[in-house]
Amino acid sequence: MIRLEKRTAPSQFWTYAAPLLAVMLTMACGGLLFAALGKDPFVTIRTIFWDPLFSEFAWYYRPQLLIKAAPLVLIAIGLSFGFRAGVWNIGAEGQYILGAICGAAVGLAFYPTESVFILPLMIMAGALGGWAWAMIPGVLRVKFGTNEILVSLMLVYVAQNLLASMALGVMRNPDAMGFPGSRNLARYPSATSWINESAGLHWGVVFAFIAVIFAYITLSRHIFGFQVRLSGQSPRAARFAGVNPGLLVLICMGISGALAGLAGLFEVAGPSGLISIDFNAGYGFTAIIVAFLGRLHPVGILLAAGLMALTYIGGEIAQSNLRLPAAAIQVLQGMLLFFLLAVDVLTHYRVRIGTRRIA
Amino acid sequence: MNTPLLRLEGLTKAYPGVVANKDVSFDIQPGEIHALLGENGAGKSTLVKTIYGLVKPDAGQMYLQGASFEPAEPRAARAAGVAMVFQHFSLFDAMNVAENIALGMENPPPQREIAARVRLVSDQYGLPLDPTRIVGELSAGERQRVEIIRCLLQDPKLLIMDEPTSVLTPQEVAILFETLRRLRDAGTAILYISHKLEEIRALCDAATVLRLGQVVGTCDPRATSAREMAELMVGSSLHVPLKAARAQGEVIMTLQGLSAKAPHRFGTALRDIDLTVRRGEILGIGGVAGNGQDELVAALSGEIRTRRNTLMMQGESIGHLGPNARRRMGLLAAPEERMGHAAAPDMTLTENALLTAVARQDLTRRGFVRWGKARDYASAVIKAFDVRTPGPANTARSLSGGNLQKFVIGREIMQNPVVFVVNQPTWGVDASAAAAIRQALLDLADKGAAVICISQDLDELMEISDRFAALNGGRLSAPRPAQGLSVEQIGLMLGGAHDMEVAHVDA
Amino acid sequence: MDMSAINPVLLLASLMVAATPILLAAIGELVVERAGVLNLGVEGMMITGAVCGFIVTINAGSPLLGFAGAALGGAMVALVFGILTQVLLSNQVATGLALTLFGLGLAALLGQSYIGIKAPVIAKWPVPLLSDLPLIGPILFNHDPVVYLGILIIAAVWYFLTYSRAGLVLRAVGENHDAAHALGYHVVRVRLLAIMFGGACAGLGGAYLSLVRVPQWTEGLTAGAGWIALAIVVFASWRPWRLLLGAYLFGGVTVLQLNLQAAGFALPVAYLSMAPYLATILVLVMMRSGRAPGSLAQSFHASR
Repeated sequence: MIRLEKRTAPSQFWTYAAPLLAVMLTMACGGLLFAALGKDPFVTIRTIFWDPLFSEFAWYYRPQLLIKAAPLVLIAIGLSFGFRAGVWNIGAEGQYILGAICGAAVGLAFYPTESVFILPLMIMAGALGGWAWAMIPGVLRVKFGTNEILVSLMLVYVAQNLLASMALGVMRNPDAMGFPGSRNLARYPSATSWINESAGLHWGVVFAFIAVIFAYITLSRHIFGFQVRLSGQSPRAARFAGVNPGLLVLICMGISGALAGLAGLFEVAGPSGLISIDFNAGYGFTAIIVAFLGRLHPVGILLAAGLMALTYIGGEIAQSNLRLPAAAIQVLQGMLLFFLLAVDVLTHYRVRIGTRRIA
Repeated sequence: MNTPLLRLEGLTKAYPGVVANKDVSFDIQPGEIHALLGENGAGKSTLVKTIYGLVKPDAGQMYLQGASFEPAEPRAARAAGVAMVFQHFSLFDAMNVAENIALGMENPPPQREIAARVRLVSDQYGLPLDPTRIVGELSAGERQRVEIIRCLLQDPKLLIMDEPTSVLTPQEVAILFETLRRLRDAGTAILYISHKLEEIRALCDAATVLRLGQVVGTCDPRATSAREMAELMVGSSLHVPLKAARAQGEVIMTLQGLSAKAPHRFGTALRDIDLTVRRGEILGIGGVAGNGQDELVAALSGEIRTRRNTLMMQGESIGHLGPNARRRMGLLAAPEERMGHAAAPDMTLTENALLTAVARQDLTRRGFVRWGKARDYASAVIKAFDVRTPGPANTARSLSGGNLQKFVIGREIMQNPVVFVVNQPTWGVDASAAAAIRQALLDLADKGAAVICISQDLDELMEISDRFAALNGGRLSAPRPAQGLSVEQIGLMLGGAHDMEVAHVDA
Repeated sequence: MDMSAINPVLLLASLMVAATPILLAAIGELVVERAGVLNLGVEGMMITGAVCGFIVTINAGSPLLGFAGAALGGAMVALVFGILTQVLLSNQVATGLALTLFGLGLAALLGQSYIGIKAPVIAKWPVPLLSDLPLIGPILFNHDPVVYLGILIIAAVWYFLTYSRAGLVLRAVGENHDAAHALGYHVVRVRLLAIMFGGACAGLGGAYLSLVRVPQWTEGLTAGAGWIALAIVVFASWRPWRLLLGAYLFGGVTVLQLNLQAAGFALPVAYLSMAPYLATILVLVMMRSGRAPGSLAQSFHASR
């Protein structure tokens, strides 16, 4: 018989080993899935997890990894504050869209003026847009006790519709002869977020690293980080310690919204370049996986985002070289999250097999 | 001698790190009230859970009326005629009395019939109860009645009662005892678990004493003195706190006209509470749980804020201030629930030290935590209050109840409070730790602080308080000097009138 | 625009159809939540059901088998959630989200060769006599069988929770799992069964989308219906008949919005399409919801 015994303290070993185990289990099950789809599992796994980093074309893929990982890191870092505090912002995708719309709006408004102030203004607008969109579920939860999971999610669909109306309406490029989508901001020198396009370096990458450092210091050294962790683990103890729960919800929502908005802005002003109907690619949802995969820890998130970016890029390679369906990668990512949640039990519980001898 | 109703032979059960029961054997006769006596952690709960089928023993046998008895689950135990009233009631707050009773029965009749039978049984045993009421709105005594009636409807041969009086007023205890005696006279055996010696002497026919999981003695409680039983139970003589005559200083804190809404659906509203404390005094506040204790502590700690002038301390209005601002003024508190309220279970002791000591111990600099200093403070508390733990890096969850309570109380006392509010300081704590905590409270008052001690344990309050007041239904009685108060007077202060209808004897 | 293009009888009749998928998913989730489990993976279970139902219907040629397959598919992915949260004690919020992400991927993978195929038309089952009533007949009694099934399930769940012994036990488990365990009820078993029922209902709801509402397979065709179902459970204060009301309210907004689009209402399509989601938020805010089951979303581990 298999039984679980709660550990008095989380296992140090499994805290680090469990994510690795989850990745290995995912590779094993993913291999089976690929075999079922008629692909060679070993070649597919190698294509996804190895080729982007070490194949002869890696010089091309590595910058792509940076581009994919940066928004994931930015959003996941923001979400990790809320998730630690028990504030479930699931609508980062919407905040990402709003950040892009607001930031792009500022950039487009100045077109074609050239000035060093345009990009900073866009960055502020992007953060503000994401922040404001996140404040809606935040304020509703604090004022009316409304479930922030549902509201933030509903707002994703609202944001998508808003995006569509922007791309087809006021933001449409007047010189594009009726094609939907805005002007390309990446080709507008004062508005582009690119620093070095061929190296995959844009301001979002820089901001992602800053966010990791900022989050690491805040969570481990600052009293606010302590209050966030306390509120998530023991809400009553947090109130006893003097934490204002409503304010904390708003701050956590605000941080995650602003960071998601920033991610959207950097994306629209660089890699994506323009506001279009299908501008959002699900970063806001994948970042949830990244946040959990990284144990809500800043450094873990950095590594997890790298891994996720790898599955994206590797998946694209497998798609074009091996004709692997795109959805297979989505299933692989879902599996990864399942296994991660499953092996977590080893961190907090001891698994005992058989009936214990008498002590 | 006839076959015993229940015979236990060599029951043993081990958990990681502790042996809860070791080779426990004794008999329960039909129609006797058998006491199971022991300190917290002596293994009483594990033993009764074994009898009730919730825990499987590692070794040993049980026999019910001579036949082997191995209940795989509570359902089997109930079918065999064993019923149990839990210490922490196994009731469902959002459901009504009849539904709760149906859940405890094997083949419950339709709701309407249950209601009729509840009325019948409650008449028969003097336990008034309305089957349509929502359980979450009942008093502790009424909730216990639900459990008892749930058991009685099954016509049990053996009724197990786990610490049944810990939540009752003296009057309610009298009603309960009357009911239990009637049950015994009707032939039901009762296994009565308690650590209160006087109760056992008044009620029980036989007693088995457990210490550290082992049977250390059996006795006839009617013929044994409380002192002898206590020595069996504890195994050594107890340290009794010293209460020196104290000089009382000036009034240091005044609470005036405090009213507060219930913080949640099954909470208690506070009504117009007035209270004054002086330097060097201990004000004891008694009352049955759920009469506003949590809410009063929250209003004093700052978790519930009030109007500015409702709370005055050393001439300043502090009713509007939050917990940390009050801590800076010297008003500290230790709530009842250790896990998850006074301390965060999954955090280390260092982090738990930071939880309340951040303001007075200067544990941050420009918002950044001084972890070294926090660790030193946690270590100091551990040392001064003899907290048994490998060190401050261990989680609160890893500590036993008594050790965590010592840590929580120590964490506040070592911040030199001007006023210290504590709720249930020794609940679920073993006797020696309880004595140490009471001594610490007395020492604190000797040094000139004011202590407000809220407790359900009247003996404890009588032992340390200078004045005594009672909380009932969110109202606080006028405090009276503790010296010379009789049990009847205390009962009247606690009870109000609503639960005092004594059973109709021989109805 | 032309308001006369909107026929109130057709509008009300299509309201019942529009509400059905959400109603099915929501009643399943209601049972799950009454058992004390929060499964945020409704969207993932729905879309899995949608694709399973579609594939079975096309291959077996029988919508009846299709709906059965959808229920089975939904229950199977729900079981994954159940094992993770109940046996391996994972966080219910995170696991539910994972289930949604996984379900979306799985459905896209399974359905890729079915894109563009039309589903067979499911015949209506007019109720004899009643469907001939003027006005009420076409609105209430001239629908396909799944619409009636949805209402039937609501009635059955209501009866089950209010009057049956098993329903009482399920509520007890959701209200206070420690007390239920102490009384000897199998918390994990009850919850696993509830979770699978929830998955089956969500699967049915999804299949109704792919087989009746749309009726073909497209990626992401649930478009948030699962999330709206979750919102409606909160709106209904965990009570079956209020759930029916919530689903119809939502169905009404959806149908009205579609009708306004068709009638060429002055507002752009994108803004009209927001209406159901905004209405859901509005309803969540305005409804002071009732008391949630006591043990909702908490992990249960029988320690000593």
